[in-house]
Amino acid sequence: MNKIKDHLLRGILWFSSLLTIVILVTIIGYIFVKGYKLINFDFIFGDYSPTGGGGIWPMVVTTIYTIVISLLIATPIGIFAAVYLQEYAKQGRLVRIIRFATESLTGIPSIIYGLFGAVFFVATLNFGMSIIAASLTLTIIILPVVIRTTEEALKTVPQSYREGSLALGTTKLQTLLKVILPSAVPGILSGIILSMGRIIGESAAIFLTAGTVAALPEGIFSSARTLTVHSYLVTQESGDIELASAIGIVLIVIILVLNLTATYISKKLNKAD
Amino acid sequence: MSDSPIEKSNKRKYFLEKLSGRFFLFCALISVISLALIIGFVFFKGLTPFVADGYSFVDFIFGNDWVPSEDKFGVFPMIVASLYATIGSLIIGVPIGLFTAVFLAEIAPKPIAKILSPSVQLLAGIPSVLFGVFGLAVIVPFLQNNLGLPKGQSLIAVIIVLAIMMLPTIVTVSETAIRAVPKSYREGSLALGVSEIGTIFKVVIPAAKSGIMAAIVLSMGRAIGETMAVILVAGNSLIIPTSLTDSVRPLTTNIALEMGYAAGTHQEMLFATGIVLFSFILILNFVLAKISAKGGQ
Amino acid sequence: MNKIKKFSIYLIALAITVLLSACSGGANNSNSSSNDGYTLSISGSTSVGPLAEKLAEQYEQKEEINIEINQIGSSAGITNSINGVSEIGMSSRDLKEEEVASGLTETIIAYDGIVVVTHPSNKVDDLTIDEVKQIFTGKVTNWQELGGDDLEIVVVSREDGSGSRDAFQEIVGYSSGELIKNSIIASGNGNIKNTVATNKHAVGFISFEYVDDSVQPIKINGVEATPENVLNQTYGLSRPFLFVYKDENLSEEGQGFIDFILSSDGQQIVAEAGIIPLK
Repeated sequence: MNKIKDHLLRGILWFSSLLTIVILVTIIGYIFVKGYKLINFDFIFGDYSPTGGGGIWPMVVTTIYTIVISLLIATPIGIFAAVYLQEYAKQGRLVRIIRFATESLTGIPSIIYGLFGAVFFVATLNFGMSIIAASLTLTIIILPVVIRTTEEALKTVPQSYREGSLALGTTKLQTLLKVILPSAVPGILSGIILSMGRIIGESAAIFLTAGTVAALPEGIFSSARTLTVHSYLVTQESGDIELASAIGIVLIVIILVLNLTATYISKKLNKAD
Repeated sequence: MSDSPIEKSNKRKYFLEKLSGRFFLFCALISVISLALIIGFVFFKGLTPFVADGYSFVDFIFGNDWVPSEDKFGVFPMIVASLYATIGSLIIGVPIGLFTAVFLAEIAPKPIAKILSPSVQLLAGIPSVLFGVFGLAVIVPFLQNNLGLPKGQSLIAVIIVLAIMMLPTIVTVSETAIRAVPKSYREGSLALGVSEIGTIFKVVIPAAKSGIMAAIVLSMGRAIGETMAVILVAGNSLIIPTSLTDSVRPLTTNIALEMGYAAGTHQEMLFATGIVLFSFILILNFVLAKISAKGGQ
Repeated sequence: MNKIKKFSIYLIALAITVLLSACSGGANNSNSSSNDGYTLSISGSTSVGPLAEKLAEQYEQKEEINIEINQIGSSAGITNSINGVSEIGMSSRDLKEEEVASGLTETIIAYDGIVVVTHPSNKVDDLTIDEVKQIFTGKVTNWQELGGDDLEIVVVSREDGSGSRDAFQEIVGYSSGELIKNSIIASGNGNIKNTVATNKHAVGFISFEYVDDSVQPIKINGVEATPENVLNQTYGLSRPFLFVYKDENLSEEGQGFIDFILSSDGQQIVAEAGIIPLK
């Protein structure tokens, strides 16, 4: 009796795993099969024409803009915040509040970030629907990721490094800048790469803050459309699944490369320890 | 009276030390400030109609009609739709994801697990919009053509898309939790003559309970907050769903669908919709905090 | 440890170079593809939007100007033009009283017909306005009652606040509250067309310029939806396309664009887009 039950449960485990794999492979496969024919040099580097045809270059540029701007702002803030939490702060109420806030930010759905961005950056600060409004919204979204990964990286820096450096008569700040942060670089880097993935995948928050103008941005105050938003709008407005899938392939490839790089770096890091 | 050069440089050092400490604290406070701003602005905007314009909050939560052009704002159908969609996707996604995690951690031959685990992990990063594209291109027509539904945009389509979307999260987080169960637990159980499968279900899974619960709460948050993938397959009808084949409008899609068109009270009511969504997330976060506190003990 | 450090620094350097080169490439590209002239911001109706894009594309080749068009719906576009976020708003419905009162000027740039569309396989191809109303308010729920196959009717409507929806409801004669509750709500003409084209139960309404072979246009009281029939007023479902603006916000460049649209060249583009020119 027990044997039968064992076999049954074992079967369910195999079946569930197979199902998971089949589902995920089907989706990726579907997107690749539907979209690969459209992928070529002109598709990626060609200018977009709102009246039909053309490439996705304006959306690629917009996506790069949002990545660069939000990382430029979030990375230093995130790193220094992590430094404070790990190296400077005494455990207590303030640290608990900071950690609670950071964790809460992680759980907020992106549509709420979109609402906030729309009322704060777009309307109150009067940036209008623009790349800068979207990037600042994204900055808050990725801040917790940067803080968490940097903290993890700082934790792995051996205490002896700090003691050794301080013993040589350097100040805490010098120790931090010359010894601790440099040895935490790989960990920080993998956090940055993960945030890039998050930015690329984001849609709802950008949709409400950057608008949907499908043209090369003139500058950071232009309204524009990222790749992910483009793939949504193409599906929704024209039902062009092949085009949406082709954009999907570009997105998936970028994210896979980013994630593999992050994994590679953190593996190297672990080995070194 | 004047300081010696050494004292001067020491003073500078001391000043820099103090300044940098302050600066780092300021950076750390930015997340607190951001959270306060988000809550402040969303709640201020969303509560304005109730505080300043005399709309009834009870009518808003329990009202069945959402007709902005006629000044009727009731989100009850959307609350129901969000809850059904979230619970439904958990019912499908959690068992499949959990069993897959168990398989990868305990049963799968090492070389297979070594390839599969990271692959599933990578899939967690795929933009959710693409799941919606797949849903509209494949799942909706499938429901229409093979099940004979008048329309494929339905609660069940939403549930399927969300369940698929949450799989990578559930698998990855529960797998980590299961792998963290000490070997001695398994050895002890096996030594008592319990079979491998029996050990997994009676010892390992219960021991990893808090991690698994965290995985479930995390994916619940993702499901209830998902917007763009859901818009494409929900149909966005304003009814309280009575069957899986009804088309629905969850809270998130109401915001994204109408935000571009809204002004005045209508827009404020969309922020109020955001508050309802926010409250669900806060409750979830609270539960998650309780669970991880328990896990820590 | 040292190796990783070196490796990481290389990686950072590489990433920065790639990003910077990509960005400067993008910036150069944007300079060459568009002029350094005035930027004219227009926002509003998703029905007027595609036409405005076509007009802007032509006008940008003639003049040193960038035209930024945001398709966010009539109501939002009108609001934007009132509070100065956009210089010109696009509307596919008439202005409401309070909108006129806030000092907006309107210019009709074209006329558009709204077409009721079904799946091509649908046998019903002619309806009265009253039948359309009964369908959209849920009084008639099966195509059989209208002489079609025994199929449940699936109504597809635009979202509340859409100019097309306002115009359609006003002409057909029902209010938002009367719209059948389980109708699919689609955002945008393309979305409606696409939903109707893939569902043999469905019926929706779209702007003239979106009609193609994937959907079947329905005659209203036996009159086909053609530009001629709109102009001779036998086809009832029509409305004006408006540009709205505050006189004090309208720049010389904005006025120039409007003049271009109203010129015979501009109206020629309107006609080629499948929309009804003023004359």
